[in-house]
Amino acid sequence: MIDIKNLKVSVEEKEILKGINLEIPEGEVHAIMGRNGSGKSTLANTLAGNEKFEVTDGLIHMNGLDITEMSAENRSLNGIFVCFQYPVAIPGVSMAYFLRAAINAHLENQGKEEMDALEFLNQSKEILKKLNLDDSFLKRSINDGFSGGEKKKSEIFQLLSLNPKFAILDETDSGLDIDALKIVADGVKEFNGKKNSTLIITHYERLLEYINPDVVHIMIDGKIVKSGDMKLARQVEEKGYSWLAK
Amino acid sequence: MIDKNQQIIDKNLDQEYKYGFTTDVEQIKFEPGLNEEVIAKLSNIKNEPKWLLDWRLKAYENWQKMKEPKWANINYEPIDYQALSYYAAPKKKSKKSLDEVDPEILETYNKLGISLDEQKKLEGVAVDAVFDSVSVATTFKDELSKHGVIFCSFSEAVQEHPDLIKKYLGSVIPYTDNYFAALNSAVFSDGSFVYIPKNVKCPLELSTYFRINASNTGQFERTLIIADEGSEVSYLEGCTAPMRDENQLHAACVELIAHEDATIKYSTIQNWYSGNENGEGGIYNFVTKRGKCAGDRSKISWTQVETGSAITWKYPSVIMQGDDSVGEFYSVAITKNKQQADTGTKMIHMGKNTKSTIISKGISAGEGQNTYRGGVKILKNADNARNFSQCDSILIGDKCGAHTFPYIDVKNQTAQMEHEATTSNIGEDQLFYCNQRGINLDDAVSMIVNGFCKEVFEELPMEFAVEAKQLIEVTLENSVG
Repeated sequence: MIDIKNLKVSVEEKEILKGINLEIPEGEVHAIMGRNGSGKSTLANTLAGNEKFEVTDGLIHMNGLDITEMSAENRSLNGIFVCFQYPVAIPGVSMAYFLRAAINAHLENQGKEEMDALEFLNQSKEILKKLNLDDSFLKRSINDGFSGGEKKKSEIFQLLSLNPKFAILDETDSGLDIDALKIVADGVKEFNGKKNSTLIITHYERLLEYINPDVVHIMIDGKIVKSGDMKLARQVEEKGYSWLAK
Repeated sequence: MIDKNQQIIDKNLDQEYKYGFTTDVEQIKFEPGLNEEVIAKLSNIKNEPKWLLDWRLKAYENWQKMKEPKWANINYEPIDYQALSYYAAPKKKSKKSLDEVDPEILETYNKLGISLDEQKKLEGVAVDAVFDSVSVATTFKDELSKHGVIFCSFSEAVQEHPDLIKKYLGSVIPYTDNYFAALNSAVFSDGSFVYIPKNVKCPLELSTYFRINASNTGQFERTLIIADEGSEVSYLEGCTAPMRDENQLHAACVELIAHEDATIKYSTIQNWYSGNENGEGGIYNFVTKRGKCAGDRSKISWTQVETGSAITWKYPSVIMQGDDSVGEFYSVAITKNKQQADTGTKMIHMGKNTKSTIISKGISAGEGQNTYRGGVKILKNADNARNFSQCDSILIGDKCGAHTFPYIDVKNQTAQMEHEATTSNIGEDQLFYCNQRGINLDDAVSMIVNGFCKEVFEELPMEFAVEAKQLIEVTLENSVG
């Protein structure tokens, strides 16, 4: 599904990612753990095609297609989705309007008919219920005045609505209480049940206990220094990252 | 990213103005030039009473002593007032019924999406169509007259309802008010007149559609709306003009009078031709709009969406004379290419417990310059007056500008004032967020801008709100990359 080779990325001339190699096959869940500033969010933004993040070397392939130079919009249409750590507010634009525009952009790209309002509403209500969100969520301006938990749930709501091929969850677990965490974890598990691939970026192994990823990678200073399974995540939780450096 | 933005902004400058066609119609047009004779001739064509001619001449005399105002944040070549023609009208006189209206003109309005055919009426809207200097048709007059509502061209009102005209003309905007109002008072050729009788809620939305067609002419219309005690009316105004290389002057006056417990809601979508990418051509829009809340508990609300004109100079204002009266101003102004807008409002609190709200949204793209200029005046006897002002600006690209000039003058200590202002670039993170969900740049920009303008669009009547949204989409297409 996703194949990243020797990826180097700079932000404002400063190199943040220093040669990432990562392959995520179809249907697998991978996790990347690392301290603040290790380059985790840079990886998420780079995969999404944010132009503020400059790829200086390396390649990103998705299902054999080189997407290194592809625009954010086309990456999305090709099935990449990011649950952002700090999703931006768009005042005055309702979730319903925004999400339906996004869904229809995807359908149009696939040569399919637009989703009509009723179908959209039914689909949305079903997903909102699972996330323990009220229907009125659709009427609210995107991320405008949302609590931390609502922002994260909003991202998961969009993820389940768009059902992409590859999802990147950037610190989606941070700031969530235990109930919200379970709801988010269930959402991710449901998403992954559909043969999709997932990359979870996190500080803590808490969320991973619920999701049980196939592979856990540890990132330090812009590089993946060690890969393993859940045991590795638990070791990190217990001992921290220092023993892995060098 | 910036360079790419700029290229695409530049590309945007080729956007076509879809109302830029001209209508080939036989017309009567005055030779260019302005003097007492021209005014007398104009008044004579309109068969006006002597007092009105005298009023015009006094206004003209006054205008000659005045100087064009220079305080606005706009730049333009001096206007040669002697090079303009002050009257242009289609030759066929055709006011009696729609059947007599020149088919070319009916076709013009059809092309503009305004049906003057009552069979194919706009849902619940009566229209007065002003073509250059004259009103060519007014729909639904009979239906309205059943309710005692008078809705007709200004010229007709002068003939049919001279007492009302004499009583109210210039009562809110005297001809001494400002340079352009004085000019308008001297040479106004037509416009709309509305009278809503006591305790009548006008059953239809009333609307005037202004179309400038002739070249080298100025358009000077005058609108007068009187809402008698306890009455209510919603009035809409739309404007377009052909694409011409030279600038054309539009200097209108709109006077509103709301008596006790009356409400007037006045909405404008201004889409005059804005000139080309080099700033050539386009309408100079110098307009004086003012409403007087004459009675207690009366309310006047202005909503405007200003997307056209090379220059916009316009400050729809409210004088809150009655106690507990309310003034509102909701505005969206968009400038692109080399458009300049200096617009805002004046809220004058005279009565007790008067309340005003100002919501202004400025959007600048290309090399557009957008200025908000607003005054809030609380006079000595206006106990417990309240004002809330919010002025937000968005910049699209790096060649445009947004400016805010709030003026506040408080003479009563019980006043409560709140003022908020923000200026921001259209957020790259907002655009990226939309892109990441598969939404393209054009759609993202119009979505973000529409969201930004939401509070104002919510004030527009339904069909206008849809039109305003579409107008923004077309106007801002390709404005960001």
